[in-house]
Formats: sequence, C-alpha cells, structure tokens
Amino acid sequence: MSAHTISTNPVKRLISVDRFLTFIRIFLVTMIVVGFLAFIWQQIDADNPFARWRNPGARGLTGDQFKGLIVSGLSQGSMYGLIALGYSMVYGVLGFINFAHGEVFMVGAMTGFIASDKFQANGMWESNFLLCLALIIVMAIFFSTFTAVVMERVAYRPLRSSPRLIPLITSIGVSFFIQNFVLGLFGPATKSYPRLPEWLSKQRSIFTFEIAGTRLLVLAVAAVSMTALWYFVERTKTGKAMRAVAEDKEIAALMGIDVNRTIVTTFAVGGAMAGVGGILWGLMFRSVTHMTGFLPGVKAFTAAVVGGIGNLGGAMAGGISLGSAESIAPLIILEPLGVPGVSQLKDAVAFTVLVLVLLFRPSGLFGERLSSEDRA
Amino acid sequence: MSAAAALLPSSALHQDWRKVFRWGLICGGSLIALCLVGMPVELDRREIVERYLSLGYVSVLLVPICAGWVAATQIVLEGFESRKQGLYDLVTGLLVGVLGGGGLSLLMVALDSWNLRDPLVNWSPKLLRFLTYENGMGFGAGAWIITCGVLGLAGASLHVVPRVVRRVVAIVLMGLLALSVLESAVSDLSEGFRLEWLADLIYAKKGGLTLTSALVVGIVMAVVAALTDGRVKAVTNRYREMEGMERQKASIVLFAVVAVLCIVLPIFLGKIMNELLANVGIFLLLALGLNIVVGLAGLLDLGYVAFFAVGGYTTAVLTSPNSPWFAPELHFGVSLIFVVIFAAIVGLIIGAPVIRMRGDYLAIVTLGFGEIIRLLFMSDWLGPYFGGAQGITNVPGVDLGFATVKGTDPRSVFYLVLFFCVIAIYVSWRLQASRLGRAWMAIREDEQVAEAMGINTVSAKLMAFVVGAVLAAFSGAVLAAKVGSIFPTSFMILVSIIILVVVIVGGMGNIAGVLVGSVVLIGVLGGPKQPGLLQEFQNFKLLIYGILLVFMMLKRPEGLVPSARRSRELHQDEFLQDAWLKGDKLGIDDDEIETGHVEEESR
Repeated sequence: MSAHTISTNPVKRLISVDRFLTFIRIFLVTMIVVGFLAFIWQQIDADNPFARWRNPGARGLTGDQFKGLIVSGLSQGSMYGLIALGYSMVYGVLGFINFAHGEVFMVGAMTGFIASDKFQANGMWESNFLLCLALIIVMAIFFSTFTAVVMERVAYRPLRSSPRLIPLITSIGVSFFIQNFVLGLFGPATKSYPRLPEWLSKQRSIFTFEIAGTRLLVLAVAAVSMTALWYFVERTKTGKAMRAVAEDKEIAALMGIDVNRTIVTTFAVGGAMAGVGGILWGLMFRSVTHMTGFLPGVKAFTAAVVGGIGNLGGAMAGGISLGSAESIAPLIILEPLGVPGVSQLKDAVAFTVLVLVLLFRPSGLFGERLSSEDRA
Repeated sequence: MSAAAALLPSSALHQDWRKVFRWGLICGGSLIALCLVGMPVELDRREIVERYLSLGYVSVLLVPICAGWVAATQIVLEGFESRKQGLYDLVTGLLVGVLGGGGLSLLMVALDSWNLRDPLVNWSPKLLRFLTYENGMGFGAGAWIITCGVLGLAGASLHVVPRVVRRVVAIVLMGLLALSVLESAVSDLSEGFRLEWLADLIYAKKGGLTLTSALVVGIVMAVVAALTDGRVKAVTNRYREMEGMERQKASIVLFAVVAVLCIVLPIFLGKIMNELLANVGIFLLLALGLNIVVGLAGLLDLGYVAFFAVGGYTTAVLTSPNSPWFAPELHFGVSLIFVVIFAAIVGLIIGAPVIRMRGDYLAIVTLGFGEIIRLLFMSDWLGPYFGGAQGITNVPGVDLGFATVKGTDPRSVFYLVLFFCVIAIYVSWRLQASRLGRAWMAIREDEQVAEAMGINTVSAKLMAFVVGAVLAAFSGAVLAAKVGSIFPTSFMILVSIIILVVVIVGGMGNIAGVLVGSVVLIGVLGGPKQPGLLQEFQNFKLLIYGILLVFMMLKRPEGLVPSARRSRELHQDEFLQDAWLKGDKLGIDDDEIETGHVEEESR
C-alpha cells in the first residue's frame, strides 16, 4: 500500500511554459525551413508560384553572389572567432562573461588606427606595407593585452569569490568606462584607416572564388594567430597550466601552479587575440569609433556559445558559423519569406542564432568545457 | 614589504615604499588620465566658489585627497590589533600626493614640448593654461606638487584626526559642493517662493557661491554637524530597530512627508526644474520595475529597454493620428489597458525562453532581445507599421478633462509620472512581503533550494518579468505622451544599462534605495539623453556611470541604501567569519567543537 502511494506520478508542472517553448521551437524551425525551401525553389526557377508567394520580385542569387557571401561570412566570422577565444578562455577559467572583452578588441582597433595613420603620414604605409602591418599588429597586441591585464587586476581579481553575476555586472561597468574613456581621449569622430596598397587589396581569383586581397589577408592572419594559440594552449607548459586551472583551480594550486599568474596569462592571451581581431576589423571595414567594440563583442560571445563555451576550437568554428549565418541567412531565409530591407536585420539574425542555440543545444555545437563547479 | 613591518613601523621614514610608489603612480596616472579625457577643462566653466574655485579644479583636487586617504588606510587583518595611526601615515599621504603632483608636472612639460593633438583631442593649449594657471611653467609645476602633497597629507590626516573632526570636514565639504551643484534648483525654488534675495545672497551673478556665502554657510554647517554628531545615527538606528506596527507607522509618516513634498514643490518650481523632475520620475518608474526583476528575483535583465519601447510604441500607435498603419486615436487612458496587455505578452515571450538559462546567459540573451526589438522597430520590414527610423510623431497629450498633460507643461507630466510611481511603489512594497515576493527572494538566493522547497520557480520568474515589463511599459507610455513622438533611437541598450546602474548604486531590492539612486544619479548627472543639474557633465556622465558601477560592485555591492537581506546575502562569508571570531553563538559550530574535545579526551 505505502509503496503504491509513494510511487505516484511525479507532478507534471510547467507544462504551459514547455508547450510554449516547443511552439517557439517548431515555429522558428518551420520559418527557417520554409524560407530555405523557397530560396531553393527560386534558385531552380525564379518564376514558380512558391518562390513568388512572399517575394514577388524574386530573382535568385547568381553563383558569384553566393560565393561572395560565403567569403565575406568567412572573413567576418574568423574575426568573431578571434574575439570569441577571449570570451571562451575567460569563461572557461573564471566562469563569468567578461562583457568588456569587446572593448579590448576596440582598443586594438583604435591603436591600429593611430599607428597606421602616423605611418601613412610619413609615407611608410605605402612604401613598406608589410613592416607597417607587423608593427601595428604588435602594437595592438601590446595595448589590448595591457588593457585586459589591468582590467583583470583592478576589477576582477577582488571579486573572484563573489557570486557569478557580480563580476558580470562589474564587467558591464568596465566596458562602459573603457568606451567613454576612449571617447574622451580620442574624440567622437569616426576614424578611418588608411587605404591598403593596391597590390594587396585587388581582387584575386582562387578556385573560381573572387576574393578581395584584404579578405585574404584577414583569413591568413586569423589562421596564423589561431594556430599560434592552439600551439600555446596545447603544447606549452603554460598552456597546460591554463587547462589545469580551467578544470579545477584548487587542485591546480595544489599541483604547484600559480593560479593568479595563470589567470593573468589567460586574460593576456585573450587580449592579444582580440588585438589582432581589432586590426583585422580596421583593415576590413576601415572605420573605428569608441562604440566599435560593442556589437562585435556581443556577437563574439554568441559565437563562443555557439561553439561551446570553454572550447577553443569551438570558439573559432562558432565564429565562422555565426559570421556565415549572418551574411547568408538574411538572403536565403528572410528574403524568400518576403522581408524587405534584410541587410538591416543582420544583427538581429546574430541574436536570433544565439537564442536558437540556447533553445536547442545550450552546451553549444561542439560541447562545453567548463570546470566542475561551473557545470551546474 | 613584510606584513610585520607594515604593522610596526619603527619611524615615520620607515615607509612601505612599494605601497607609496604604487599609490603615487595611481594618483599621478589618474590625474593625467583625467586631464587627457578633458574633464577639468570642460568643467572649468562651472564655478563652485566664484572666481576662486571651479568644478574643474575640484575634480582634479579630489584625486590626491582620495589617493592620500586610501594609501594611508591600514589593512587590519581579522583578529589583529590595529595600529594607532599618526605621523607615519601622514608621511605616506604626503609622499603619495607629491608623486601625483609630479605626474601632473610631467604632463605639463610634455604639453609644452610636444604636440600630440592629432590622436589626443584634449592635448590643447587650453589644458596647459588650466594647469599652469596662466602663470608659467615653473610656478605651475611647483604649485601642483605642493598642492597635491598638501592634499594627500590632508587625505591621510583624516585617518588621524578624531572622528568628530572627520565628520565635520566631510559634511562641510559635501554640503558646500551640494549647495553649489543645486544652484539652479535653489534659485528656481527661491523664485517660486518670492525669495529671490536669498538666492542673490548665496550665489554670485555668474554662477557659483560667493566667497562670503561659502564661508558663512560652511561655518553654519560645521556648527550644525558638530552639534548633531551622533544624533542622526541614533535616529536612523532607532528607525532600523523598530519592528512591526511601529516601523510601519514611521514608514508611513516618512512617505507622507515625501508625498506632500512631491505634490507641493513642483508648484513653486520653474519649467526647467519640473522637466528635470519629470525625467527623474520616468527613470524612477523604470528603475522600480527593474528592481523587481533584478533586485527581487535576481534575474539580470540587460534588455529591459525592450519593455520601455513596447509601452512607448503601443501608446504612440493607439493614440497618434500619424500612426502609419493603424490609427484608432484612442484616449491615453484606454490605450493604457492595451499597454498592460502587450507588455505582459512581450514579457512572457521574452521571459519564457530565457527562464531556464544560467544567470549570465540570461543577461546576454535579454540584451539580445533588447537590441532585436530596437532593430525591428527601425527596420524597413516593420517600417510600414511603426514608422521605421522616422518613428511616430504627433502623439497627443493626456486629456484629463480639467487639464491636459503634455510635454510643454512639464509640471503636469511630473504629476502623471508621480501617479504611476506611486502605483509602482505600492505594488513593489506589497509584493515584497507577499508569497510571490518571498518566492522571488528565495530564487535569488538559491534557485535549487527554492525549487526543492516547493516554489514554482518558472511561474515566479515569469511573474517577475511580467510585472517588470508592465511598469517599464507605463514609463514608455508616459515618455510617448511627454515627448509627443517616439523614435527607435530613444530605446538604445544604453538606457537599460543606465537603469541598472541606478538600481545598483541605490541598492538592489530596496525601494528607498532605488528612489535615492534615481534622484541622485538622474537628477544630478542626467539620463541617457536628458541633462541633469550638472549639465557640464553631459560628455562625461557615461564615464562616471561606468566608474560608479565598477566602484559599487567592488566596494559596496549592496548599494548606498542597502536592503538588509540583500546585504546579508552578499557578505555572508564575512558575517560568518565575524561571528566565529567573536565566539558568537553559532550553536552548531560550538557544539561540534565541544564534542570534538570530548571525543579526544575520551580517547
């Protein structure tokens, strides 16, 4: 008797919310599928009624347009990936979102602007571009790393044992501070990077892809930095220490690892990657303001979540997927659904991707790697 | 330097040099940063004491005082005796100040010899003139080193002098500063009461206190401060220790006084002050709503502006004849019903997907929603319905029959917003102690435990979102009626973050804290676009908001006016440690210790 009463069905609560979420999931997936099907139809034959249904002016994309979208998505995405690495590493080690990481990226881009502007003024930019590029990258890395390390020392270290949301709120304050500090120092005007030399920026054709030299440069630099980072984290002793601290701080300390120093290194490495990302941003979009860091920062965090937070390869892959989604989705899903002015919705797409990932697979596409206490 | 040496300095010159240099560097660095950001020069326009002191100089002079104070603060480890502070600390403060002044002098030399105007916009002859006081380099450098040294010393000496002196000095300085900041409010008020002579007496014609009035007011304040020493604290303590009915009575009296002030004061205030009050009210309403979401339920909603936008747009669409798609031209009161409905629906839609997420993911996703809503209102896609970037214009005022509330009459807007604020305060106050409010607080403290205790966390969190959304939407509705038009640019993420700062600086989870926070921050510094009393701060208020947020999180996460429960949560470790050190009756611990002894003995 008593056994029977104990094993009553577990109370089914929260049904309405679950239903609503399921509804949202189904709705979003349906929209994506319908949009995509309409796109395929319009590619096959722009004149069929399904393609005309929502988007009467449908013409479909040419192959070159499509390739262009892919290339721009890739280069944009590799930049997100570089920033996302910083989010991912800090989240892996300390378990909080360093909201101010986007500002570290902005500092890199700003440094790049100031240096390249000076280089252009004395003619070195034209005559000796590669040296200039190397120099501005080194400078951007230096200042971004400096910003990240100071940030950790001043704002985050005293909060290491406080509840998770406290450092997050602090980092919002830090981000606000850096933005407006840079605004005060350098003024509100939009700063434009000098034009790249012609031999570099001209269109090239690789495997039938028409690629602007700038994008090629961005991809190359991103690949090199990513490889360097991979080597550092997976093959050096410091990298090993970082992984150990990310796994469990106390045990790492017991094993003789200087936890404080390792955390600083983590911030420094993340800052360096963001600095490189900042330079690439400047070369590609050629304009920087004090607000440059905000949207790429949030999107890079999205990329880190998409790839699985704490997972470095995942961060890069997440960045590239997000960048591609952002450049392709408006045209192959939203436009066939009859949404006008889709390019304005690029940012909205990025946030929607974040919501989608968190709804369907909160641990990211490639799995999270978090310490035991953060996994809850 | 070892800890022992820091505890027992043998002579005043036996300094902890690393500490001195560190704080000296920080002091000099912040001074240089302050100058390069352009704050002193821009604030120089605002006089504090006529001809003698401007806000610009105050901003610079405060730095060495603070640096001296902090550098001379001794860190007393738990359980150690504190050292009596004296000459040693004064020397620390002096050295820190001198180093800071040295930093400024270096900046001066650099300003004179190089031109870095190109990247650094504030690298100007104006800054040099400000620093040298137009008296040449040598004078400037010497004066700054001496002044900063003295101020550092003054900062450090605050540790040494008796408590009463410290209090008097602090009150006089703060009081004078406040009086001068409140200049426009005071003159406005005295005009309203037909007491113009009073304002003329206190303030100089071109702004700022006159020297005589500064001295007189300072002395009066000093006397008052010295006389009331200890009494204010006694009163607040008595209030704090009241319980049940007594406390409720006191609170009601307090609120009645504030309410009467709120109703009577605007009658005597001019247009600009009323406009300011109306802005404060709008943000107070938002802050009260966010207080429920963040303060009570502990859900860090960074996209709170979305609900503000929903309120604004709903009102605009339903009342304005210029609404592009659907213009029923309803009355404001009728549209409020729809505002509530739509806000609740949007609250549910945004709330449902994020509710199961970790706290920090929730923050980012809500931020995303806040941005998405703005982008949608701005896009061409919804442009035909909501007017796109042009927004919706010609939103009519609120016709009450006997009067019309509209932006040109800020006093009426203030009363309207006051009405909503009173509702919001009442709702938050009643909710706090209700079953739902207690559920929120339990979730904030520990979600798993709350769930195990049988709280339906999902519906409680959704309710928090809905209540918060409705309050924010009211605020948006008032904004629409006040401004007379609605644009997507009024709903930047910035708004959410400023409200977050207001709630955190005031005190999360505490209505009085939120009141204080919004009056002080929005009133003095201003909102995202609205100017406050210190209009000169316009370009720097976001910087200051950022610094404030970081500072509060590091030093006082419970806010200026903390809620007792929240501050206990945040300082739980310290409470336990203190209790343990004092040998307080933490029942279980003592028992365990004793039984441990017994076991050992029995072996």
